[in-house]
Amino acid sequence: MTETQLTLSRRQALKGASAFALTLVAAGFLAPGAHADAAAVDAAIKKLVKGTPEEGKIKMDLPQIAENGNTVPVAFEVESPMSKDDYVKTVHLFAEGNPSPEVASFYFTPQSGMARASTRMRMAGTQNVVVVAEMSNGKVYMAKQQVKVTIGGCGG
Amino acid sequence: MGNTSSKLILAGCLALTACFAGKAFAADKNWGQYQVEDRRSGYTFAAPETRAMQDDNFQNPGMLWAEIGEELWEKTEGEAGKACASCHNGPETMKGVAVSYPKYVAEKKNLENLEQRINRCRTENMKAKPWKYESKELLGMTVFVRNQSLGMPINVKVDGDYAPFFEKGKAFYEQRRGQLDLACKHCHEDFEGGQLRANILSQGQGNGFPVYRLKWSGVGSLHRRFRGCNKQVRSKPYGYGSDEYLALELYVMWRGRGLPVETPAVRN
Amino acid sequence: MANIKPRVRIPRKAKAGEVVEIKSLIEHKMETGQRKGKDGKKIPRKIINRFECKFEGDLVFASDWHPAISANPYLAFHMRAEKTGEFEFKWIEDGGAEYVKKAKMTVS
Repeated sequence: MTETQLTLSRRQALKGASAFALTLVAAGFLAPGAHADAAAVDAAIKKLVKGTPEEGKIKMDLPQIAENGNTVPVAFEVESPMSKDDYVKTVHLFAEGNPSPEVASFYFTPQSGMARASTRMRMAGTQNVVVVAEMSNGKVYMAKQQVKVTIGGCGG
Repeated sequence: MGNTSSKLILAGCLALTACFAGKAFAADKNWGQYQVEDRRSGYTFAAPETRAMQDDNFQNPGMLWAEIGEELWEKTEGEAGKACASCHNGPETMKGVAVSYPKYVAEKKNLENLEQRINRCRTENMKAKPWKYESKELLGMTVFVRNQSLGMPINVKVDGDYAPFFEKGKAFYEQRRGQLDLACKHCHEDFEGGQLRANILSQGQGNGFPVYRLKWSGVGSLHRRFRGCNKQVRSKPYGYGSDEYLALELYVMWRGRGLPVETPAVRN
Repeated sequence: MANIKPRVRIPRKAKAGEVVEIKSLIEHKMETGQRKGKDGKKIPRKIINRFECKFEGDLVFASDWHPAISANPYLAFHMRAEKTGEFEFKWIEDGGAEYVKKAKMTVS
């Protein structure tokens, strides 16, 4: 499929804003009027992580366009030697447009060998996914990527 | 009514801002086993991430249902004190079985799909209770049995005793129905490859069923999908295992002749 | 029907120092607590909220999950193989129920 076509159709779909909201409610995930935003994610990060996040070190792997918000594959890898004195301790995954910002936290050890994980997440619509990595030396890194969640016409 | 009015109905009545802006896939892409002549599996209409989920036997969540079936295969149930394995030995004996369903059963003077065949084994041979349509057990066993034929081409009979059922299924497929006045063929033949909002209309093939559907977050049967489609055009759905859907199943499987069994496929 | 069954895939054999991939999948609705049932009442939240991987009794990897993790949760991660031993994988559900799977890996 081409991106242009999907984007175009999404834009058209968004014109029917009420239908859009209805679909999300029907999907059972988004309670009307209740969702996180960038500020909520920032607050959640502050609660979990000490220090100011820097850019870099994190590679995110998730689709630019998700076919279905129920099951969006998401993976990340944080650059690190994963040695006893220098490793990735924790990686947090957040979503800016879900009912609550937290998605998952991953706890690594030097035994992990590499700080990579993949899972599948729910997304209540187009939004940014945020990855925050805490290193054993106290440094914090952050990366962000937008995922467009398309709205289908086939209910069934 | 011509294509234009169908288009209007789709766009208007569904209020889904249908966009038939053209075929979303290049026709010349080589889809390997997933395309036979002009017949294309739903696989070829799915997003790359969805296809990847199906391609990896482990990541495919539908395999959880196959495991349910695998366990039940050995489980003794019913007054006859039998399990599937008592008569059929290992599951490998089921290889190739799925490709020819639904099948004509002379005693019933009717078609029978794999779900019903499994349940007939339970009631007649095992003297056990039949499983309910869409139960974890029946879906699990159906997925498990069909999965033994993974990759084998769909090959249903449509002549002889099958002919009247085939004609009935074809008529169903082409019959306008529901408040939206749409037939199966309008979406899955006339506008195949077009878009219904962000959904790309597939050919509506049955070779991957029961499928793990992202929308369902679980596995469902072909008849569940038929019911969904029927409801979507605001028509009253028929029952699971009804004569109407059995005939439709035969016709749909014939439309997908030669396509590989993909159960459990992963679809949007 | 049968209990909730987890699946894991690990290599049965690995070389010392090799970083192996571990894949896991568990059948679970991951009920978010946001959905309403047919009676109009909210269906209470019931999710797997934590996953742990122990090797020979040592916790080598863990993950906390929120309702935004998809139904039938899938998780893949890595571990550096150093010695032969047994994995214990544990999924913990809201309310405290635990689902456990064990698997052995031979390291040469």
